[in-house]
Amino acid sequence: MNTFIISATVILLLIIFFLLVRVGSLLSILKGSYNKRVGSSNSINAVLFPIFFIVGLALIFWSASKFSEFYLPKPASEHGIITDNLFWIITIIIMIAFVATNVLLFYFPYKYQYKEDRKAFFYPDNHKLEIIWTVIPAIVLTVLVIYGYKTWTDITAPAPKDAVVLEITGKQFNWIVRYPGKDGKLGTYNYKMIDATNEVGIDFSDKLSYDDFLPREIHIPKGKPVQFKIRARDVLHSVFLPHFRQKMDAVPGMPTTFWFTPIYTTDEMKSITGKSDFKYELACTEVCGKGHFGMKFLLVVDEPEDFEKWYSSQEAFLKKNPEYLANIQLDSKNIAIK
Amino acid sequence: MSATATISAHDIHAHEHEHDHHELNFVQKYIFSEDHKVISKQFLISGLIWALIGGGFSILFRLQLGFPDANLEWLKPILGEWIQNGKLDPSFYLALVTMHGTIMVFFVLTAGLSGTFSNFLIPLQIGARDMASGFLNMLSYWFFFVSSMLMFVSLFLETGPASGGWVIYPPLSALPQAMSGSGLGMTLWLCSMAIFIVSSLLGSINYITTIINMRTNGMSFTRLPLTIWAFFITAIIGVLSFPVLFSAALLLVFDRSFGTSFYLSEIYIGGEALHNMGGSPILFQHLFWFLGHPEVYIVLLPALGITSEIIATNSRKPIFGYRAMIGSILGIAFLSFIVWAHHMFITGMNPFLGSVFMFLTLIIAVPSAVKAFNYIATLWRGNIVFTPAMLFSIGLVSLFISGGLTGIILGNSALDIQLHDTYYVVAHFHLVMGSASFFGFMAGVYHWFPKMFGRMMDERLGYVHFWMTFIGVYMVFFPMHYIGIAGFPRRYYSFTSYDAFSTFGDLNMFISVAAIITFSSQMIFGFNFFYSIFKGRRSTQNPWKSNTLEWTTPVNVGHGNWEGEIPSVYRWPYDYSKPGAESDFIPQTVPLNHTPESNLPHEIEDAKSEIIH
Repeated sequence: MNTFIISATVILLLIIFFLLVRVGSLLSILKGSYNKRVGSSNSINAVLFPIFFIVGLALIFWSASKFSEFYLPKPASEHGIITDNLFWIITIIIMIAFVATNVLLFYFPYKYQYKEDRKAFFYPDNHKLEIIWTVIPAIVLTVLVIYGYKTWTDITAPAPKDAVVLEITGKQFNWIVRYPGKDGKLGTYNYKMIDATNEVGIDFSDKLSYDDFLPREIHIPKGKPVQFKIRARDVLHSVFLPHFRQKMDAVPGMPTTFWFTPIYTTDEMKSITGKSDFKYELACTEVCGKGHFGMKFLLVVDEPEDFEKWYSSQEAFLKKNPEYLANIQLDSKNIAIK
Repeated sequence: MSATATISAHDIHAHEHEHDHHELNFVQKYIFSEDHKVISKQFLISGLIWALIGGGFSILFRLQLGFPDANLEWLKPILGEWIQNGKLDPSFYLALVTMHGTIMVFFVLTAGLSGTFSNFLIPLQIGARDMASGFLNMLSYWFFFVSSMLMFVSLFLETGPASGGWVIYPPLSALPQAMSGSGLGMTLWLCSMAIFIVSSLLGSINYITTIINMRTNGMSFTRLPLTIWAFFITAIIGVLSFPVLFSAALLLVFDRSFGTSFYLSEIYIGGEALHNMGGSPILFQHLFWFLGHPEVYIVLLPALGITSEIIATNSRKPIFGYRAMIGSILGIAFLSFIVWAHHMFITGMNPFLGSVFMFLTLIIAVPSAVKAFNYIATLWRGNIVFTPAMLFSIGLVSLFISGGLTGIILGNSALDIQLHDTYYVVAHFHLVMGSASFFGFMAGVYHWFPKMFGRMMDERLGYVHFWMTFIGVYMVFFPMHYIGIAGFPRRYYSFTSYDAFSTFGDLNMFISVAAIITFSSQMIFGFNFFYSIFKGRRSTQNPWKSNTLEWTTPVNVGHGNWEGEIPSVYRWPYDYSKPGAESDFIPQTVPLNHTPESNLPHEIEDAKSEIIH
């Protein structure tokens, strides 16, 4: 019944609409208005452009300030402050260009709407003007390129030698994190050794892997450079740390990396943001299948001493899963058990 | 002797005459037609149908994003098993996003826009009876038709159509175990695209050949309307870049079906380690974007060409800086081939390469800015008539500026780190490429509808359509910047599991409502279009008082375009409101000799040596 009423209403509306159009066009023929170059609608359209612009601009400024609390979350890394500054500088520049060009674009239609007694100004070119508006954007862009280039090379420079290293591997649909353990060096891996427990394929023929541990959340120390070594074991993923202004694809068969220096601990962020349950989150930003939107991982920034405590309290993978000891040759076993 | 010669010449002539007027049957005339005008209408109607499907898909996934808690059980009659417990299936969500992108970019804005207007306008505006090869032109449409049928069939597969995003990055698209859409759906996608590329190449080669060889007397390159310049350069970009996508797709077919490892390496999936070693998923991205970026301009340049023509005509002024416009088209086209890796700043490629691509990318802003300034300067001191086509053209310029400016931010690799693959990117390319090109498409339809069908579209419906669409597009895409700045990733089925992305529920709802209204208002256009084909007011020969050649043809253009001889051209197409001239336009076919009162100093010289054909 409902469906019937809805479809009947829709059909009725369509018929009314159709009749209105028909009546309208017949009327215009009667009045002979189609013989004129332009009708009254020309000036209505001409007025609508500046109105659209003024109302639109007001809405833009209103909404931009209303939603500003959600913009770029508070930057929690050293380079994040720099890129945020760059972002806002360029945003201001493009807003100026946006307003300046749109003012003219929406004012001219109003100002120069068709008038019977006026003739348009034959003005095919002006080389001086064209050179000016080619050169000015070119100069502005050059400055922006240089600024951006400097920032980019700083961010992507090789990680400092003393950086805390961890490995993160993306799979459908979660992340696996591995720390190098006490020796500070990650053991090698081989994707053919992956199984249900050894999810990143740690190669236990490498002694460096004996003390590697795989925690359930990431811990990093405040104020020290941290390097992420990024892998994927099935399809592309992308490590996105919104608060640290970091993102890097995880590519099967091609390890990638980034590094940054966190500047606020999780606790400090709680008081900065005023959210008592604040947590740093890691998200996947390269579409990877059905569960793409749920690949969340948590990250905690500790004070350096808390980090040390946490780090040394972690149990190595081999200790938790002693069955992998079976594959290790006898003479190395003693080292591994330690 | 001489008598025989006369007779045989007469015979030949009679034969030709008969050939010209040979009655074609229905199939030859409307289905496997070799007439460029019919083919362009075929592209147009196909493009509009695809726009309806592709746009409809966006409404489906906007429902999910704007109303994540809504019960969608009522969609079950259409979507069937893709609705589970009143919820859209997350796999199907990705399929919708993927198909929306593929359909809009390739079927609507490449085939629909270029296919329609290149086919329609090139012979008419350069003064040719038809395309260089009518047969290839027909093949071009029917290859497109087969390609779009394959894609259409893939929508009904039980495993769903391709769903790894329109960029189909492997390994996701290469491994059926990775997602259901990477099975048969992906196979059909690849077949469809391969055939589409054949269609596009046939079309482009034809456009290039026609423009170079078949211009009428006096139609030098510097007298070509900017539409033709845009179609010409677009076709060249297409010929150079589509084959690269073809090779990328072919290698992907090999990886999927023949066990090669071009894109695959060290993969463990579905409980087993695959044998593939040494391939690189990044290789695919380089190949894909080598087409993918020029594709942006394949979509955009025709729209800009159409706009140039319409703005000049309706401002009753020459386009400002004709040569600068051509120069900027050439500049944009050249640069479009050397900026592709700005889509890949964070794929782990060498950071130095990233800085090179950042530099090249930002250079593109210069010719783009020149184009925008020139449009505005054309409006300045014009005498502007607001036809619906003119409204859409002004709208295009506004969208082109708004969307283009955020490109300056995204092209900056340091800022792209945060914004890559967020809604900021979605907002950017929907404004500058999607909406701007769509506005160009609409402007073109409104402007050349009288030439296509001999009737006028209803103007007032056109105004309503424009204002609803223009306001709607800004309502949809402007707030997306805010969501993007807050870091929301794209292609997310839901944001609820993250604290960082838990804000903005209301704004997403607002965007969805705006999208539904904008989409619905396209129905006004649909009605206007089909109604006017049959019942519209009859058009006069030159309803917009335009200078270009197509308006010298009869109202209902027949096969061969001009009855009698093809007109010759004596001037550029932008002699609007020339000082001294009686009328505010002087068509290209009027010799300079006939207009001594309005000739400019250099034209007085030219007029002396002018040969009237």
